[in-house]
Amino acid sequence: MRKFLVEEGLVMPLDRANVDTDFIIPKQFLKSIKRSGFGVNLFDEHRYLDKGKPDADNSNRPVNTSFVLNQPRYKGCRILLARKNFGCGSSREHAPWALDDYGFRVILAPSFADIFFNNCFKNGLLPIVLDENIIEDLFHQVESRSGYSLNVDLEKQLISKPDGELIHFEVDEFRKNCLINGLDDIGLTLDSREEIKSFEDSWKISSPWYFSTETKR
Amino acid sequence: MSSKTLYDKIWDSHLVNQREDGTTLIYIDRHLIHEVTSPQAFEGLRIAGRVPWRSDANLAVPDHNIPTTTSERRRGLSGIKDPVSKIQVKALEDNCKDNNILSLEMNDIRQGIVHVMGPEQGATLPGMTIVCGDSHTSTHGALGALAHGIGTSEVEHVLATQCLMQRKMKNMLVRVDGVLNKGVTAKDVVLAVIGEIGTAGGTGYTIEFGGDVIQQLSIEGRMTVCNMAIEAGARAGLIAVDEKTLDYVKGRPFAPKNELWDRAAEVWKELVSDPDAIFDRTVVINGAQIEPQVTWGTSPEMVSPVTGAIPDPGSESDPTKRGNFEEALEYMGLEAGTRIENIRLDCVFIGSCTNSRIEDLREAARVVENKKVAENIEIAMVVPGSGLVKKQAEEEGLDKIFINAGIQWREPGCSMCLAMNADQLGEGKHCASTSNRNFEGRQGFGGRTHLVSPAMAAAAAIHGRFVDIRNII
Repeated sequence: MRKFLVEEGLVMPLDRANVDTDFIIPKQFLKSIKRSGFGVNLFDEHRYLDKGKPDADNSNRPVNTSFVLNQPRYKGCRILLARKNFGCGSSREHAPWALDDYGFRVILAPSFADIFFNNCFKNGLLPIVLDENIIEDLFHQVESRSGYSLNVDLEKQLISKPDGELIHFEVDEFRKNCLINGLDDIGLTLDSREEIKSFEDSWKISSPWYFSTETKR
Repeated sequence: MSSKTLYDKIWDSHLVNQREDGTTLIYIDRHLIHEVTSPQAFEGLRIAGRVPWRSDANLAVPDHNIPTTTSERRRGLSGIKDPVSKIQVKALEDNCKDNNILSLEMNDIRQGIVHVMGPEQGATLPGMTIVCGDSHTSTHGALGALAHGIGTSEVEHVLATQCLMQRKMKNMLVRVDGVLNKGVTAKDVVLAVIGEIGTAGGTGYTIEFGGDVIQQLSIEGRMTVCNMAIEAGARAGLIAVDEKTLDYVKGRPFAPKNELWDRAAEVWKELVSDPDAIFDRTVVINGAQIEPQVTWGTSPEMVSPVTGAIPDPGSESDPTKRGNFEEALEYMGLEAGTRIENIRLDCVFIGSCTNSRIEDLREAARVVENKKVAENIEIAMVVPGSGLVKKQAEEEGLDKIFINAGIQWREPGCSMCLAMNADQLGEGKHCASTSNRNFEGRQGFGGRTHLVSPAMAAAAAIHGRFVDIRNII
């Protein structure tokens, strides 16, 4: 996995609560069997005015110029500022893949849906939960000033604002370590191979009914 | 020994190891797989040179992407017109074959929506840990299993290690007391719960549903309730094991038999929260006050009793929420103050992992028997949850009742719940749907979804608008 140390970048505000993963990446793009290439269809139904098709050329599609992602001042953004319950709904990991592929590295919100939050960490994206008042202030600042950037230092757990103010954020110690070192979860778990085996052996004895393989019609 | 909730009990029994910071390895008994969220996981496994830890813990079925018309289905894989969908369904077959995983293929009678098929086959057993790359995995909690959705990276992780790396969630009890009124169903109960606690109300929790109303529900009704726990933000929903649970599971293909059954049943009877177990949060709802529910907006929490009206965003004090209300109404083409019963409909969809089981179909059929779909309804369809549900319904003559009423009778799959296949709601069209999500574009680009119970959807088909089911049954 890609390491996450420090990220600095332009902030894009998405002023909407309960943004669901259908909003982030509509279902027709889930037919892909690849992990990449979802960025051009990020927020597809809001970003374009027509209905998107998988594997189609997006360059000639009519663009919704009023949607925040299409505003020139947010071109090249890397940090997404969002509202509560971001990423709710479907478990599709295509949502963080699309955000990542577009170029986002950090998402700031007052709360996230559990599955989405978890999926972000598996893909080198950092979702940060901040107090609702801090988020509110950031929305005001981002919208009132073009080129608003933040610096996010995971090691120090600090966000630096352009005015020099620092915001401390919390992050699970284990996940932080995985991100900073780009660790592969599966490799880590397989370090416990013997423990898994011994659990499985005793579980098979105490609960053999979970190991039945009956499949007849 | 201290008292435990049902969630505590299942969690503790599956604990492989725990780090000091609380990160825990949990053993997974059953991994369900479908075509949409698995190809990248199998690819990852292949690239890393890994193999499944335990092939027989996995069970696969295509459901999201497959056509539901008989003409397409009849020809199997080659009948899938959409080439991209075909590749994905083929990839599932190939990946399962390569990894020695049982996959019920598209035209196997046992094929169905993964969350209908699992319990039906007895692949879902009480006390199990169950995961699937699908958020509605919470459904299986109805049988006293700890079940939740995971992302594709975790699908790969479970394939490779038979474990998940997790932190324990908090315990919430949603207790629905009393008795439901006639015509009020499990779907109305769960929509009312979401209306009460909101779509993020259960975030960070496992919700156990309890109380008289939940105990009175059939197992299929309980599945409807647990299915939508995720719509309240909870990854997992749970219901205590009782005699109904054991009766449901007994004799199913994957369930233990004979002496093994007797032993298992003894253990499973203990799968209830201890009487003095402590929940981090308890929500109590009076079942007698629940009316048939209809969603009017673009989030399941935007819900109203059928006798109500669309609320005025102006009365909402929180500016973000007010903005969301306004956006929702604009998307839905609805105005504040409109009576729910005056919402004009274009389409009716009866199906999905929430409501496509035999009892759902019986409930809908009873309402449309000897009646005709209203003229303004352009499409009405019933999509059974599995091949076995379809067969059972046909044996009972339900298919004829639907067809005679002017309702299409389809092959099993996820269909218009998420519209990955050709079953899509048209732009601007209003649909009474028994599915689980009314998000923008969920059932089709620009489509407008209203979530309801099967009986309410059936009544809406006949009347062309929402009607209070209590007045017609």
